[in-house]
Amino acid sequence: MTFSRRKGVIVLAGLLVGGILSVAIDWGVGGEVQAVVRQESEKEQGQALADSIMAQWTRENPDRASDWIAEEKERHTVQPPADNSDLLSGGQGEGHAYGEYTELDVLMWAREAEKLVVEGSRIFHDAEALGGTVGVSCDMCHPHASNTHPETYPKFQTQMGRVALLRDMINWCIEQPVRGERMEPDDARMRALEAYIYAQRKGTELNYGKH
Amino acid sequence: MKQGLKSVETRYMEERDEFFRALRKLDRRSFIKLSTAALGAVAAHGIIPPNSFQPVTLAYGQTATGTGGSFRIAYISDSHLYEKDVNDRFVRALMRAVDDVNALDPQPDFVFYGGDLAQLGQPKELELGAGILRNLRAPLKIMVGEHDWYLDMGEKWKQLFGEPTYSWDHKGIHFVTLLSVVEKDFWTERGMSPMERMKTVAGLDNSVQSPFSVGESQREWLRNDLARYSDDTPVVVFSHSPLYKLYRPWNFWTDDAEEVQAILNRFRNVVVLHGHTHQMLTNRIGNIHFHGFLATAWPWPYAPEGLPELTIQMTRPDPFNSQDGCGDGEVQVHPDGLVDKVYNFWNRNPLTVARNYTASWGREMVPPRPNRASY
Repeated sequence: MTFSRRKGVIVLAGLLVGGILSVAIDWGVGGEVQAVVRQESEKEQGQALADSIMAQWTRENPDRASDWIAEEKERHTVQPPADNSDLLSGGQGEGHAYGEYTELDVLMWAREAEKLVVEGSRIFHDAEALGGTVGVSCDMCHPHASNTHPETYPKFQTQMGRVALLRDMINWCIEQPVRGERMEPDDARMRALEAYIYAQRKGTELNYGKH
Repeated sequence: MKQGLKSVETRYMEERDEFFRALRKLDRRSFIKLSTAALGAVAAHGIIPPNSFQPVTLAYGQTATGTGGSFRIAYISDSHLYEKDVNDRFVRALMRAVDDVNALDPQPDFVFYGGDLAQLGQPKELELGAGILRNLRAPLKIMVGEHDWYLDMGEKWKQLFGEPTYSWDHKGIHFVTLLSVVEKDFWTERGMSPMERMKTVAGLDNSVQSPFSVGESQREWLRNDLARYSDDTPVVVFSHSPLYKLYRPWNFWTDDAEEVQAILNRFRNVVVLHGHTHQMLTNRIGNIHFHGFLATAWPWPYAPEGLPELTIQMTRPDPFNSQDGCGDGEVQVHPDGLVDKVYNFWNRNPLTVARNYTASWGREMVPPRPNRASY
C-alpha cells in the first residue's frame, strides 16, 4: 500500500479537528458529563433493585412467570403493529407545545398494542378461555383469523335484524358454534378478540357494508 | 320512550327470544307433536326429499376407455369427533353422512373415510367414530388424519382399524392408502406431554408443529407396492394431506410431495383423493389429478395464496347455517381410472367436478363459479 502525500494531508487535518473538538468538550461540558454519570449509576442501582424484586416474584410464581407473549407468538403468527420509528427522526415537534416523542414512547406503543393482540390470539385459540362448552374455538373455522373480514362491518345482517358490528358477530359465534355466554362489549376478552382480529387484517382497506 | 314504540330490531329480538323461551318450555310430547306436524306440512309440499342426498344426473362428454366398467365410491371425511357428551353437533353430522351413504341406491362399492375421525385422538372419540361407521352398509376403507394419531401415535387407531398403509385391487384399478401426516419430532425437545403434542398438531395455524410428509419408509413401501403394476394401470391414491404443496402456514402441505409424485409419475392416470382441507379443491400436476373431500364438521376458508389454477372455489359458507359448506359425496370411477368427483353439500345443490374437467385442463365441463367468493 502506498501512502500518498494527499492522503497524509487529509489524515493530519482530521487529527487536528478531532483534537480541537475533544478539548472543547472537556472544557465546555465537563460538569454535565459528571451529572450524567451520577444519573447512570442511580439508574443502575434502581434497575438492580427492580431486577431482584422481579426475580423474587418469578421464584414465587413459577406458573405465571413464563414469557406467555413469546410463547403465543411462536405458536400463532401475529401481525406486528405499525412502525412509528420515523417519528423520532428530524426536528420533530419543533414549534409545537406537544409531540416530542422518545424512543421509549415508540417502544411502549408497540409493546402494549401488540400485547393486547397477542392476548386476543391466545383467547381466539382456546375454547376454555372463550367460555365454550363444546370444545370449539375460533381458529377451528378461522385459522389466523381468516374469513373474519372485520373491514366489512358495520353491515346489515338480515339474520340478526340489525346492523352488526364485529363484536356482534363475535358474540354470535360465541353463542352458536362455541356455545358459550355472550360477552359484554367492554369485556376484557372481547376487547382482546377484536384487537387480534383487526390486527390480522392489517393493510386491508376498510369497506363497511360489504357482503 | 312510550311502551308501544319499539324499533324493528328490538321487536324482532323480543319475538325471537319469546319463541325460543316457549320452545324450551314445551314438554317432550308436545314437542314431538309440533315437530311431526311441521315435518308433515313440509313433506306435503314436497320441499324436503326423504333423505338429504339429492339425485344427481351426470352427462359424460367423452367415453372413457379401460377394462372394467365404471363404478361408484362414496366418501365421508373430517368429522373431528369429541366424546358425545362434549359436542353432539359433530356426532350428529357424522350420523347424517352415514345415513346419506346408506340411502344410496345402488350402494357404492365401498366408502372412503378421509381421516380426522377424532378431534384429539382420544380412545373414546375413536371408539365413538368406529361405532357410527359400523352402521355403513358398504365396506369401509379408512385412513389416518393427524387428529387421530398424535395422542398415542396411532395405538388406538391401529387397534380399531388395523394397519394405516395398505393397497388393494378393484375392477381393474389399483387403490393405495397412505399415512401422509407424518411429522418430525418437535415434542421431545420441548418436553411436551402426549396431550400437548396432540393439541399442537390439532391447531391448523399452530406453527410449532412440523410439516406433514409421507416419509422415506412409506415411499419405499409405495415403490415396492407399485413395482408389479404396468404403467397403464389406473392408480387411485387415498391420502389425508393433499400430496402437493398448497399453503405451508396451515399445513395444506406434504413436504415430500415431489418425491411421492415422482413415484406416481410413470402411470398414465393417477387420482389422489385427500381429506384435511374441508373444501372443494381441485388440482392436476402432470398425470396426477387431485380432489379434496368435504368435511362433516366444519369448512375451512381457502388459503390466502397458492390455490391451484383448476380449483373452482365453493361459495363461502354462511355462518348462520351451521352445516353450510359441510357434506359428503361420491366418486364415480371410470374404467381409465379418472373420476367424477361429486360434492354433496348438505344445504346446497351438489356440485360435480367431472372427469373431463381435469382431463381437459379445465377447458371442458367447468363447474359453476361461486357467487360469493372468499374475502
